[in-house]
Amino acid sequence: MHFGPHLLLAALEGLVTSAVLALTALGLSLVFGVMRVVNVAHGEFFMLGAVLAWAISTAISGHPALGFLAALVLAPLIVGLIALVAERLVLRRLNYDPEATIVATIGMLYIIQQLALTFYGPEARPVEPPFSYRILLPWFGYSGYKLSIIAASALLLIATWLVLTRTKIGLVMRATQYDSETAQAFGIPVTRVYAGVFALGAMLVAVAAVLIVPISQAHYLMGQDPLLLSFIVVIIGGLGSLRGTVLAAVLIGLSDGIISVFFSPTLAKIIATLLVAMVLVFRPQGLFGTASR
Amino acid sequence: MTDKNGFFDLSRSALTRRTALKGLAAGAGLAVAPGFVRYSQAQSSAPIKIGFQSHRTGIGAAYGRWYEKTTAAAVKAINDAGGINGRPVEVIIEDDGTDPGRGAEVVGKFASQHKTDIVYGTLFSHVVIGSAPAAGEAKMPYFVVSEGHHVASTKLNRYVFQPGITDVKSQIQSMAPWIAANAGKKVTQIFPDFAFGYDHRDYLPPALKAQGAEVIAQIAIPPTESSFTKYFPQIPAETEVIYHVMVGPAVLTFVKELGEFYGSNRPQLFGFIDSLEATDINSPGLEFLDGSHFWEGSPRYAQPDDSPAQKAYRAAVGIDDNGAAVGDPKDVSTAAHMFGCWETLYVVKKAMEDAGYRGPEDRAKLVEATEALTEFAEGPEHPQGPKTFNGKIHQCFGIQNISKVEGGRLNVVHKTKIEDGLYEPEGNYTTQAL
Repeated sequence: MHFGPHLLLAALEGLVTSAVLALTALGLSLVFGVMRVVNVAHGEFFMLGAVLAWAISTAISGHPALGFLAALVLAPLIVGLIALVAERLVLRRLNYDPEATIVATIGMLYIIQQLALTFYGPEARPVEPPFSYRILLPWFGYSGYKLSIIAASALLLIATWLVLTRTKIGLVMRATQYDSETAQAFGIPVTRVYAGVFALGAMLVAVAAVLIVPISQAHYLMGQDPLLLSFIVVIIGGLGSLRGTVLAAVLIGLSDGIISVFFSPTLAKIIATLLVAMVLVFRPQGLFGTASR
Repeated sequence: MTDKNGFFDLSRSALTRRTALKGLAAGAGLAVAPGFVRYSQAQSSAPIKIGFQSHRTGIGAAYGRWYEKTTAAAVKAINDAGGINGRPVEVIIEDDGTDPGRGAEVVGKFASQHKTDIVYGTLFSHVVIGSAPAAGEAKMPYFVVSEGHHVASTKLNRYVFQPGITDVKSQIQSMAPWIAANAGKKVTQIFPDFAFGYDHRDYLPPALKAQGAEVIAQIAIPPTESSFTKYFPQIPAETEVIYHVMVGPAVLTFVKELGEFYGSNRPQLFGFIDSLEATDINSPGLEFLDGSHFWEGSPRYAQPDDSPAQKAYRAAVGIDDNGAAVGDPKDVSTAAHMFGCWETLYVVKKAMEDAGYRGPEDRAKLVEATEALTEFAEGPEHPQGPKTFNGKIHQCFGIQNISKVEGGRLNVVHKTKIEDGLYEPEGNYTTQAL
């Protein structure tokens, strides 16, 4: 294949990765930014989203788009609810202590994963995409659905940004992130904000999972890869920085796509990890993060 | 970290004589409690214990589940017919997480804790390779159902056997003539980047060359990969056949993305069914496979010329004519591989009977008796077909099926002969000390 089309394919693949990565990393970044909780179980909420998408779309007969749309609405809601319960039962009882919550979320990771294995099983199950239009380029074919993922993710990112910057809920969240004690002194119900943010983070990652599942199937171990990549993105972008997270996601996604098409996927992972190391050495707060006070 | 509550301060936990006595009494009570006593009377009544190293979790979990079902069916059949040497067979299952490190631990656990007579049942080649040294060290006969060439390569040790399923080198060698004659001469290989894939990488090129065909590109894909489109530009345009063998949960994506990439204008496809084991061939996105060919160890779909033994085996394991669980058409089996569990257990039975096996002290005798086996006739014990066994390399040889995807099912279009897959032994296990 010639260089031009080859690069186009690489860029398309990279953009799809970026789109999903931006949503998953954003959830992780929000939870850390506001609550100072490193949520190791984040990837399992991704997996739950995909598994629920499978369950919902197979329960609804008729055109595949119906089941998919239902999954797109219901799966994040259910995952959000589960996150809310987890927050109430576990994180709050630990007073959001940074070290204790890491251990607790590792526990949650295994509990969720094993429950999925018990009740859903070890198989990878497919979800039919809402539409299966194949874009025919002169050199190769490409899935139209994959392109729609990029658009959907961009819309969701803009919506999240609007909520954070233009609404009262966003204001309250930012206030809590900035200084939770002062926020509490001003009558902001900080624990309720924490619960909401934890649920929102889980919902974002669940949406990403519903979007990706028609091209990658639901499987109980699928949460590990997104977790690792999300951490890479969040560290590079700066923990708690929305803009940094999105830019780092595009950077990592595109470089992953292009390097793995032209060289090897292993090299792409090596470079991403090296980048993390460089950022940690030279700019520990991340490219767009602010130094902690 | 400070020890605020004094958990680690021994002076604060007063161990009185009374507590010490209580503890001793409880320990003694446990030792005499029913169930704790070992069988000390006649060996003949104690069951023969088979340690089953199962991929219950990890990327091999779908295989593991069906290997367990097949094993349960075979053990039931063996026990209903009087067991082995008049003793019942008991299977003890340990999960290895489809992980080589854990696999070796599981073998150790079987040897020292469960004290099983043999260990059996592993599929994934990296787990076999990781576990084999532990089996050799414990002098524990280790019967794998793995399909890899590692046993026959004689690079493992004298305690490892693969008597129930053929190895990749033999499979490739017997199918290469068919591929060259019917699919095409310029072949691009796509394979997983670990031991099982390397068998394909190493043995396909010479096998095809012997038939006047050639491998023009080899693409290795990490086994945990979840997206494949990025690899497809490496497929040369002049490719006539894509030879694919993939494992793990993402195989369906692999085929779908291949379909999106090529559309209807695709090269011929020849795959190992490993790419789609436990996956419904009629899943959305797989229409692309229509007309392509697959290797199958044992056919997934019931064939018109199935032997009575094959029919009885399918009924015993509980799979319907489409190779799915009876009563659940969505629960597709790993039919192309799992027959190996059934057949391996019958080989173990035969070898134990030949050896007059009584217990772990006879393990060496069992190894020698297994090595002395030469042939397994087709029948209820070997429903996949007749096999020969080479005791020097601990590997069986049998027939292979090439099936075509037609009308949403796999129809066998070619069966190879046992002779097609024979090759010169690369070594000899029997010269190793027991």
